[in-house]
Amino acid sequence: MTETVLSVRDLRVAFETRRGTLTAIDGVSLEIGRGEILGVVGESGAGKSVTGSAVIGLIDPPGRIAGGEIRLGSERIDDLPPEKMRRIRGRRIGMIFQDPLTSLDPLYRVGEQIVETIRTHTDLSAKTARARAIDLLTEVGIPAPERRIDGYPHEFSGGMRQRVVIALALAAEPELIIADEPTTALDVSVQAQVITLLKRLCREHGTAVMLVTHDMGVIAEAADRVAVMYSGRIAEIGPVAEVVRAPRHPYARGLMGAIPTLSDTAERLTQIPGSMPRLTAIPPGCAFHPRCPNVFGRCRVERPEPILVGGTRVACHLYDARGEAA
Amino acid sequence: MRAARTSAAPAGAYVEVEDLRRVFDVSKPWLNRLIEREPRQSLKAVDGVGFAIPRGETFALVGESGSGKSTVARMVVGLLPPSAGEVRISGVSMTDPRQEAARRRLRARIQMIFQDPYASMNPRWRVGSIIAEPIRAFNLIQGEGAIRARVGELLRLVGLHPDDARKYPHEFSGGQRQRIAIARALASQAEFLVGDEPTSALDVSVQAQILNLMRDLQDRFGLTYLFISHNLAVVRHMATRIGVMYLGRLVEVGPKAGIFASPRHPYTRMLLDAVPDLAHIGRARTPVSGEIPNPIDPPPGCTFNPRCPHANDRCRSEVPALLDGVACHAVEEGRLPS
Amino acid sequence: MDDAAEAPDAPRATPSRLARFLGSDLWLNFRRSKLAIGAFAVTLLMFGLAFAAPWISPQNPYDPAQLELLNSNLPPLWNPDGQSPFLLGTDDQGRDVLSAVLYGLRLSLIVGMLGVVVSGFLGIGLGLVAGYFGGALDTVIMRVADVQLTFPAILIALVVDGVAKASFGSALDTNATILLIVVSIGLSFWVQYARTVRSSVMVERSKDYVQAARLIGLSSPVIMVRHVLPNVTGPVFVIATINLALAIITEATLSFLGTGLPETMPSLGTLIRTGNRFLFSGEWWVVAFPGIALAGLVLAINLLGDWLRDALNPKLQ
Repeated sequence: MTETVLSVRDLRVAFETRRGTLTAIDGVSLEIGRGEILGVVGESGAGKSVTGSAVIGLIDPPGRIAGGEIRLGSERIDDLPPEKMRRIRGRRIGMIFQDPLTSLDPLYRVGEQIVETIRTHTDLSAKTARARAIDLLTEVGIPAPERRIDGYPHEFSGGMRQRVVIALALAAEPELIIADEPTTALDVSVQAQVITLLKRLCREHGTAVMLVTHDMGVIAEAADRVAVMYSGRIAEIGPVAEVVRAPRHPYARGLMGAIPTLSDTAERLTQIPGSMPRLTAIPPGCAFHPRCPNVFGRCRVERPEPILVGGTRVACHLYDARGEAA
Repeated sequence: MRAARTSAAPAGAYVEVEDLRRVFDVSKPWLNRLIEREPRQSLKAVDGVGFAIPRGETFALVGESGSGKSTVARMVVGLLPPSAGEVRISGVSMTDPRQEAARRRLRARIQMIFQDPYASMNPRWRVGSIIAEPIRAFNLIQGEGAIRARVGELLRLVGLHPDDARKYPHEFSGGQRQRIAIARALASQAEFLVGDEPTSALDVSVQAQILNLMRDLQDRFGLTYLFISHNLAVVRHMATRIGVMYLGRLVEVGPKAGIFASPRHPYTRMLLDAVPDLAHIGRARTPVSGEIPNPIDPPPGCTFNPRCPHANDRCRSEVPALLDGVACHAVEEGRLPS
Repeated sequence: MDDAAEAPDAPRATPSRLARFLGSDLWLNFRRSKLAIGAFAVTLLMFGLAFAAPWISPQNPYDPAQLELLNSNLPPLWNPDGQSPFLLGTDDQGRDVLSAVLYGLRLSLIVGMLGVVVSGFLGIGLGLVAGYFGGALDTVIMRVADVQLTFPAILIALVVDGVAKASFGSALDTNATILLIVVSIGLSFWVQYARTVRSSVMVERSKDYVQAARLIGLSSPVIMVRHVLPNVTGPVFVIATINLALAIITEATLSFLGTGLPETMPSLGTLIRTGNRFLFSGEWWVVAFPGIALAGLVLAINLLGDWLRDALNPKLQ
């Protein structure tokens, strides 16, 4: 990996509720290098979106970062005051959300919004900023950008809007982009366009991307590395080819088998019994142990630490001390 | 446009849909039209769709948003009256007023599984009452004790516990609720189930459970399915035959193997190429450009022509008919490389 | 976070209704809100006093035989001229103010609640029909509602009251008068229920559980009553609470204007009207205590209604 853009160490996010403290993220560590796309995948409740929100400092109360540290480049950003964090968002970290309409103000022309972002974070003149906005729109593949720049968000189709949001995220040349389910609201054919665009732009600009999604197919096509999350913890993290083709963690294995694909010929899908535990009832030891086909005594009491196996880091006792249970 | 029948679909299919059409009035209110001098506007959500499903098979309709696949599903089960065309189930016309009595008898045999497991059950009812409602409505079993026993049996069938009947829907996860919805559909001894994106609100590991359950039940009771989905991989897993829809029309119909191994319509090819798939790690490609046009004002001729790399003048003016399972001038003229 | 540990053969116990209520957010919210507890206590006290009036009041103020002119215009007990048992003094006919207030409170509450019930039935029914069937029926009902909203409720009550009195003359007995006021209030307040219920019904109607009910061939009235109605009642309770206060005020206003309940069977409004005369002659207690009772009651119910509205509205939390 080249230089590290984002590094998260042992992150914990807790939510205070009247029924006690819920730990949504529990000891997550990951890093993303320059120009790299890290996919963060998991089912609902796995904590993938919360991880993204923690990095951009947008955890709403009663949630809070309860431990660990987040570094952007060499600077620690998890303990910054909100005012400073606001300046980092947009300038050094760009954001893309599922619904493009949440990122675009319906009352302003898209050009005004991009120009505003550029001018907030740089000292370009209004004229240069507008030229730069047109360049950005061209880059994200908006046809006739000189004309479209004066359009309102509702005049764009869903896919075009998401392109505008990508242009907006790139406006200040950030080091990192957090993309939370950026293609989920789009149709399949448009989804493919947006993934291709995102991949190309990151390569060209050297932007690091954290791609949060539930869609393993999107991860397989777009990401360089992938983190599989379960119950607020990372079950397995490593190069996408390795994790998708030969997953090591039993949960990752079950997940890959459960996904119907266009090529396999299996009559039945692999199914993992049960579903992810609620935050109020995370089992002791390994959170996956009640659903795990390979469970043994130690899994029920001791929480597995991530171990480097091959190219991936796996949090599973199966790989501890090599073959103890196998 | 007639239903494309191949040797796989015998003439006496369980479900027959012919030239089904549905137009929605999407005009502004009368006063606004008067003031703004705008004409009435209509949307052809479904424009001449026909297919047949033999007993015990699964026909899947696949398409992106606005393709009209859900509208077809709602017309087939009778939740929405068609503007034109006919649906025959088990030989009984669902539209002919003279067959009202036969239709009422058939009613219990047709059920639907909805997309959103959180909206498809009355939140104020206990699960037992929800599952028992069809039994009571069709008067299938007499006596409270017998009904309760049947509800317990149904819950066991879908992998839940008979004691779950006492609980409320909010006490269950999405996957469990979809199991309850299936139990309710089976309660009226349904033979034909229409699933409108039944797993698209679920997580993948839970989706696999529900898809497997639906297939097991099909094998066990000889159920016939109409399966609606936007997810090609899910459709591939479930269907015997597949219909691909684009802007209210069927563009290609055929057995599963044919559609996936050798898709003929340019749209089907594009769709198959666009699906992000586990097998395509780090795939670099040139995705087809463009988006689905506004269905209120669809392009003339073949509605796919603005996005189609093979479109010519004929495609821009003449609507292609569904011939031998594909509606495409380029295929018909042999212009398309196979 | 909606995924419960899915273990098919391990049913969890379903708590009873009471246990569920005690564990609910509404109950917790209530316990934490001093204002809500206070308002609830005052409302409960008022209801208790009102309905226990025949047993706890020293005198039946409706029975002329019990009135002694000798005891007229006595000030409250803590005044040097006060006399037992007239805790809050008496009026010019020797009527015990405390008894009159308790009986008046009772009458005001009965009329108010009946008014709420009538307007609720009317509004919920029309709202349900308008929202479920839509189309021309909906247009007609909602346009009538819109027109009615342009008139103040009190004006409508006055018109209904006036028309009825003009048609039946003054031959109306007390019970008929109460009924008339209840109907006037009912006709003035149904619009809010109808609008709220209609919009909730339109949301529920499109939900799949209603479609599922249609699929098994249930008729529209059955679906409306069994499936839709139970799911739209939440906001109705909030409106009913706030409308109870409004209905009591409306009744008091009608009575104050002289078109409400007669002096022989006074509600709080009638008491305030009749007591009004004594303000300048120094017998302030005749009007002050009914006024305080009315203000206290309405304030408590309103606070309760506001709290309920906020507590049931997740957006405000």
